[in-house]
Amino acid sequence: MGRYILRRLLQLVPVFIGTTFLIYLLVWALPGDPFAGKCGERACPDAYITRMREEFHLDENVVVQYLRYLGNLLQGDFGQTFSGTSVGELIAAAYPVTLRLAIVALLIEALIGVLAGVLTGLRSGGFLDNLVLVSTLFLISIPVFVTGYVLQTVLGLRLGLISPTVSADAGFGELIVPGFVLASLSMAYVARLTRTSIAENRRSDYVRTAVAKGLEPRRVVGVHLLRNSLIPVVTFLGVDLGSLMSGAIVTEGIFNIRGIGGLVFRSIALREGATVTGVVVLLVIVYLLMNLLVDVVYAVLDPRIRYV
Amino acid sequence: MATPLLEVEGLRVEFRTRDGVAHVLNGVDYHVDAGETLAVLGESGSGKSVTANTVMGILESPPGVVTGGSVRYRGEELLTAAPARRRELRGEHIAMIFQDALSALNPVFTVGFQIGEQLRTRRGMSRRDAEKRAVELLDLVGIPGAKQRVRDHPHQFSGGMRQRVMIAMSLALDPDVLIADEPTTALDVTVQAQIMDLLADIQAERHMGLILITHDLGVVAEVADRIAVMYAGRIVEHADVHSLYANPCHPYTRALLESIPRVDTKGTSLSAISGLPPSLTRIPPGCPFHPRCPMAAERCTEELPPLAVLPSGRSSACLFAEELVAG
Repeated sequence: MGRYILRRLLQLVPVFIGTTFLIYLLVWALPGDPFAGKCGERACPDAYITRMREEFHLDENVVVQYLRYLGNLLQGDFGQTFSGTSVGELIAAAYPVTLRLAIVALLIEALIGVLAGVLTGLRSGGFLDNLVLVSTLFLISIPVFVTGYVLQTVLGLRLGLISPTVSADAGFGELIVPGFVLASLSMAYVARLTRTSIAENRRSDYVRTAVAKGLEPRRVVGVHLLRNSLIPVVTFLGVDLGSLMSGAIVTEGIFNIRGIGGLVFRSIALREGATVTGVVVLLVIVYLLMNLLVDVVYAVLDPRIRYV
Repeated sequence: MATPLLEVEGLRVEFRTRDGVAHVLNGVDYHVDAGETLAVLGESGSGKSVTANTVMGILESPPGVVTGGSVRYRGEELLTAAPARRRELRGEHIAMIFQDALSALNPVFTVGFQIGEQLRTRRGMSRRDAEKRAVELLDLVGIPGAKQRVRDHPHQFSGGMRQRVMIAMSLALDPDVLIADEPTTALDVTVQAQIMDLLADIQAERHMGLILITHDLGVVAEVADRIAVMYAGRIVEHADVHSLYANPCHPYTRALLESIPRVDTKGTSLSAISGLPPSLTRIPPGCPFHPRCPMAAERCTEELPPLAVLPSGRSSACLFAEELVAG
């Protein structure tokens, strides 16, 4: 197992270099001059542009630029925005909020999704089953921004149960409704995945054996059935955590959460190449590590899988 | 006569499906006493496993519905017993092993966990004691290096070894009755013999009642005391193993015996039973075997022969049983 993890980590190196190079290339290949609108109504003085281009090495070959960027990155330096703010600091300010939101969303989708999936998988065809099937279909078919605005309007403005926007420090309590919005789609998938998995395994021989051993029904379901049925669900949740941390732009926008999503959105609009690259590079790392974690957890959950 | 250890009487089970009602069991009677082995023999679909599952209380329902009869353990009626009481009996007094040990064992838990599970949840044993006992049980069923293997998972064992694990698990709570549902069907012939010997040894040593379900006549000859032959959800013949082999008293048993290859008839063609087992949704009137029976007469199409006890103590559900027993 140790060797497997080491090999997987080594495999991350070329993937990391490839993806970051691609991102770097794309961001700097965007048409338009990053300094075009910097000086208000008038065009910027040539002297300023020349100085900036020199400072940010924009006239060099893009490969050289990238290598310099990579070198700095490996020393923990994400570079600076054109106004001189450290990109590392920007990310450090925004990332904890996004992480909290992603964790709240993951907990919501795991708890509600798995619970709904288990209950319906055990008794398919009943009222609860149909209710869950219809409501998950509903969640899957409406876009996140609709769910977001509807909940914000109803819970925040009409009923006054929550504050419509999240405050600057964004505590866990405030993030429950935004987390629900962010999680809604995946939650529906988790519920359906669990339901199918439970219904499939419910009639398996080892469940029959567990019953024949005289174990309590709660133990048969909670230990024997659940452990096997959750293997695909855990895989999904792990990969989904990666996308929850990167895909929150819409939700963050609706609830005015100052996280990574908003940061990257603003940076793209302002052509702040260093910030965009920095954020996306970080997301790539998170995504790659989550995938590795999922593969390792998979082996722990299912001992039949052995890594060599 | 004393109360038998386990007794099944007139058991009737239907499978209610969308395509109609299948009459899977139509009055099954058998019993087993401590220290003896009853073999239940029959083709696929004759109701052997359904009977066993009903006895265990693990019949799939739906579609299975018990419509009549009685299952008694030491005289206690099980079919009407509370679910909690039935659960108490499972594993503790009546245990069962299944055909395919690979799918019957949980793939994600170690064999030690699965064997010790009942000891921990029902005897309140500590994790360590349960594992120690699991090692003893693995040792008992002849798994080499039990101490090292107790933390292995089922897929790390060979087919025969897995069935041994299954047997060890069923013995954990010292049951009085063990039901073995085709325990050797999925195994190699050489391994089959080993597992049969192991079951026979354990049965004799612990003075258990063993119900051995099989479709393999060769398997039962050496280990069974009595044989019950099933056809279309009923017992059609019941006898001790010697009389049954020497002189089968039901045309179906006779046909079954004739269909086994034998050394002394080598070279001649093997006789097969003509026709197919009846569809359980449409069992023919009269004796269900009559469409395939070489002895069938007019009466057989109208009269359902009861399982009648013959003078020698054996029984047969054939209208011509007395002629057959006379030879």
